[in-house]
Amino acid sequence: MSKIVEGLYYTNTHEWVKVQDGFAYIGITDYAQESLGEIVFVELPEEESSLEAGEELGAIESVKAASDILSPVTGIIVEVNDELEDSPELLNEDPYENWIVKIDLESKSELHKLLNSTEYKEICE
Amino acid sequence: MKRTALYDAHVKNGAKIVSFAGFEMPIVYTSITEEHNYVREKCGLFDVSHMGEICVRGTEAEKFVDSIFTNDCLTQNDNQVLYGMMCYPDGGVVDDLLVYKFHKEHFLLVVNASNVDKDFAWVTENNKFDCKATNESDNFSEVALQGPYAQTLLQQITDFDLNDITFFTSKMINVNGATFLVSRTGYTGEDGFEIYGTHDDVVDVWDVLMEKGGENISPIGLGARDTLRFEVSLPLYGNELSKTITPLEAGLGFAVKLEAGDFIGRDFLVKQKQNRTTRRICGLKLLDKGILRHGYKVFHNEKLVGEITTGYKSPSTGETVALAMVDRPYEKMGTELFVEIRGKMKKVIVRSKKFYNKNYKK
Repeated sequence: MSKIVEGLYYTNTHEWVKVQDGFAYIGITDYAQESLGEIVFVELPEEESSLEAGEELGAIESVKAASDILSPVTGIIVEVNDELEDSPELLNEDPYENWIVKIDLESKSELHKLLNSTEYKEICE
Repeated sequence: MKRTALYDAHVKNGAKIVSFAGFEMPIVYTSITEEHNYVREKCGLFDVSHMGEICVRGTEAEKFVDSIFTNDCLTQNDNQVLYGMMCYPDGGVVDDLLVYKFHKEHFLLVVNASNVDKDFAWVTENNKFDCKATNESDNFSEVALQGPYAQTLLQQITDFDLNDITFFTSKMINVNGATFLVSRTGYTGEDGFEIYGTHDDVVDVWDVLMEKGGENISPIGLGARDTLRFEVSLPLYGNELSKTITPLEAGLGFAVKLEAGDFIGRDFLVKQKQNRTTRRICGLKLLDKGILRHGYKVFHNEKLVGEITTGYKSPSTGETVALAMVDRPYEKMGTELFVEIRGKMKKVIVRSKKFYNKNYKK
């Protein structure tokens, strides 16, 4: 059974959102990293670029295949976790500690369209 | 969806199951890299029961097989195994396969799982000789035991001296109390064996090898099967070979004997060889960051000059490399090209296809 952290927002495409100090941190869930297998490369977006919810923000490459990461929210990317460039395996080791991008949210109201941990759990079953 | 006789063994070993060529097959048990390394360093056991087996028997079996096979069955020794292709008249490939010759009147063709029906239809349609072809795919199971430790392990369950099965030869031998066809062949670039038998006997052999192998063996899924064959540049039908790619374009001229009798597609291939192919499979190394994947387009400046056929971050070397079909003259070693990855142009350089050296016991 893959790990789901309470208090985060989730998407049905297996990204998570953690809101802290007005910023949204985006990552992929434990279920996502388990399904992907060993992650060998993470393509990160440019800082200061703007994103719409549902838009592709980057890509994750496992040994076998490439998968898009979709942005759960709209906003401007203020920081990317460039540690993932050299150590993409961090997403396998601890997917909830290792966020991928930090986004300055356009509107907090968008968050209510996302899933809570209970709803997300049902998707993973 | 079909299951091989080893399906329960895969589930018991914790395999992730995917559908492949009409079968529910294990793609990975632990991790692709871990399984890959087992085969390079110790040994790995593959369920390849999904592969197709076509038997050809009869007075003119040799003539017939030679007429549809790019390699030469006439000089092939008894018990020798040859790799080659069946081609269409236009040089495109029906399938690549292993041909086992037991004697002039008895052959076994081992073909890709995804092509069995097409292949059997092709074989039947072109059989104008005094011999009979039968599709035996459902009657046999097959496992491959591959890696530097393969012989030591297999020797523990047979009295037959495995040194007598040399590279690309086969023998019917007693293993674990039953009769199997065993050949020193494989699809990994390592020493090893492919073992054919009845469903029940193969399940028993799988269990015994896993038990006796202990720490030195791992079951291997389709994921690592592909990274292993890729690193040593062995082609995969649907990637490096297809109906629209000839063996010469794929760089497999060594398995096409143009001087040794006629076969379907020969006339075209003779001409193609004289005129040189217009494109060829080459190796690429990525200089920028990213991963190269099957289907990505290859450019020289602005011009489209090819396509990736298989790409990985090589588990053995850590390099990001690919096989690609590239137009001449851009396939020359050292040429700088670009590959489009998700809309961005990334720099690659043409390199040798030997991403990793084969460790065969010849």
